[in-house]
Amino acid sequence: MKNIWILAEQDGGQIKSVSYELLTRGRKLAEKSGRKLCAMVFGHNISEDGLNELIARGAERVVAVEAPELAHFLVESYAACMLELIKKYHPEIILAAASTTGRTLMPYVAMTANAGLTADCTELDIEDGTGLLLQTRPAIGGNIMATIKCPEHRPQMSTVRPKSTPQSPRQKGRNGEIIRLPAPAEVNKTRVFYEGFEPDTEEVNLQDAERIVVVGRGIKKAENIKLARELADLLGAALGASREVVDRGWLSYPHQIGLSGKTVTPKLYIGLGVSGAIQHLAGMQTSERIIAVNKDPEAQIFHVADFGIVGDLFDILPVLIEKLKKGEKIC
Amino acid sequence: MRIAVCIKQVPETKSVKMDPETRTVIRQGVQSIINPLDLYAIEAALELKERCAAQVVAISMGPPQAVSALKEAVAMGSDEAVLVSDRAFAGSDTWATSYILAAALKNLGAFDLVLCGERATDGDTGQVGPETAAALDLPVITYVNHIHELRDGILKVSRLVEGGTEKLSMRLPGVLAVVKEIGEPRLPTFRGKLKAKSLEIPSFSLETLQLDKSRIGLKGSPTRVVKIFQPEIVRSCEMLTAETEEQTVKAVDSLLAFLEDRAV
Repeated sequence: MKNIWILAEQDGGQIKSVSYELLTRGRKLAEKSGRKLCAMVFGHNISEDGLNELIARGAERVVAVEAPELAHFLVESYAACMLELIKKYHPEIILAAASTTGRTLMPYVAMTANAGLTADCTELDIEDGTGLLLQTRPAIGGNIMATIKCPEHRPQMSTVRPKSTPQSPRQKGRNGEIIRLPAPAEVNKTRVFYEGFEPDTEEVNLQDAERIVVVGRGIKKAENIKLARELADLLGAALGASREVVDRGWLSYPHQIGLSGKTVTPKLYIGLGVSGAIQHLAGMQTSERIIAVNKDPEAQIFHVADFGIVGDLFDILPVLIEKLKKGEKIC
Repeated sequence: MRIAVCIKQVPETKSVKMDPETRTVIRQGVQSIINPLDLYAIEAALELKERCAAQVVAISMGPPQAVSALKEAVAMGSDEAVLVSDRAFAGSDTWATSYILAAALKNLGAFDLVLCGERATDGDTGQVGPETAAALDLPVITYVNHIHELRDGILKVSRLVEGGTEKLSMRLPGVLAVVKEIGEPRLPTFRGKLKAKSLEIPSFSLETLQLDKSRIGLKGSPTRVVKIFQPEIVRSCEMLTAETEEQTVKAVDSLLAFLEDRAV
């Protein structure tokens, strides 16, 4: 039976939560197509609890491939493992997160396997009648959506935008099979070597953030960023920036949202002095709730906003911060 | 040292305006430019050229007018440029594109390094870099933000990942996909422009590359676009004006109420 597979990601032997989002996607497809849902995970000393968790959250089979060379993501070693599993299990579909790992590994494997791959999908479904995977993704900066399918080549492969679906819940009494496999010999043939990791000194994990406060050129100078940061801290939000702010050196590149930066889909986006150039809108317009503060009532950002205040952010921010501090809490 | 830089010509998004009624991109009269993210790959190549006396070859697959993107790469300092163009290539998805690009690169002889941008701003897949690497059987490192050193054929780089920076080394030859932090792209020089003007840019066709016809164009593409539609973003913006102090306080109160209501 050709099944539906997800690539679960691990870090230091622990399963990353983005894997549970893929289980949500995979369960829907498995149920609609009458296939089984399987998870593959590559790493070193992967915790048994982690593998059980994948079963509890929806996988019927988990295959873990382990070797010291797999502790960290290295494209050739991981590709060797995935290609080995494709040969062994003939998956119908493979889903991976559109993370830095997924977006590197999946194309590398798809090329070798002569498989079709669709990037950064936000919707997945099974086509009635044909049973083919329907993959929907934003294109041209989110202004159009395209649905893509892969009629002949197998597996059908997709990377899925992180945070585009909730995590699959843990269910009691679920059973599944855990298989631990030795790594194929090719994992030693890597020409890329891991040399270390430096965590971000400040929290800029925009893609994981549920709330983001974003500053645009209207913030005027680097010193004013602290106001936005204060608001972000009060809301438990990450701090983002438009391209102009990064180009002026007021915030570093990892903060940049838009076509040449990150695409974000938080529950709450608050734009401060962000005009909403099309490059920026492309990276944020699918946020769940969008709030904008801008002096210019004609600013493009208001076209995609749910709530807008036309005014001077240096008048508005202190009042907002004051009220939040006083405990006029919102959550 | 020989470096190839893969670039793509895309529609200029800065001049693109959005139709607020239909929420579509107005593409009429839009100019074509080098994919902005590819400028960083060109910059990285030119910086290596200065550091290690490398020869830089820019390569682009696209219609004949993509020559203007290649000329710009030459004006910035690339030594040579090659266009990969044939009607038979039209409709290629990322798989077929990478198959063709890899063949073109092979046809140009051995490279120590192939550089590309993170992704193109139109297709937005970021797949062609790693797929081309796989087609060439070369290692690849993506999201590279610093090239530290090259010694004895080993290149040390940093790569931006979720929550931090990874340090990696790679035995060349290999492929790098770089991000914006790699360095501010230089402007074309006068000398470069003169060179670009007179430079004859060769074009590789299906015949030059002797490709398997079943692997190129629409026919050779594993994926098919079956539907294109406009996303339904139904937003009605509640707009308030905060000119006076009183209005400001009221606006902030409404904002807090909005946040509370929508449970965000």
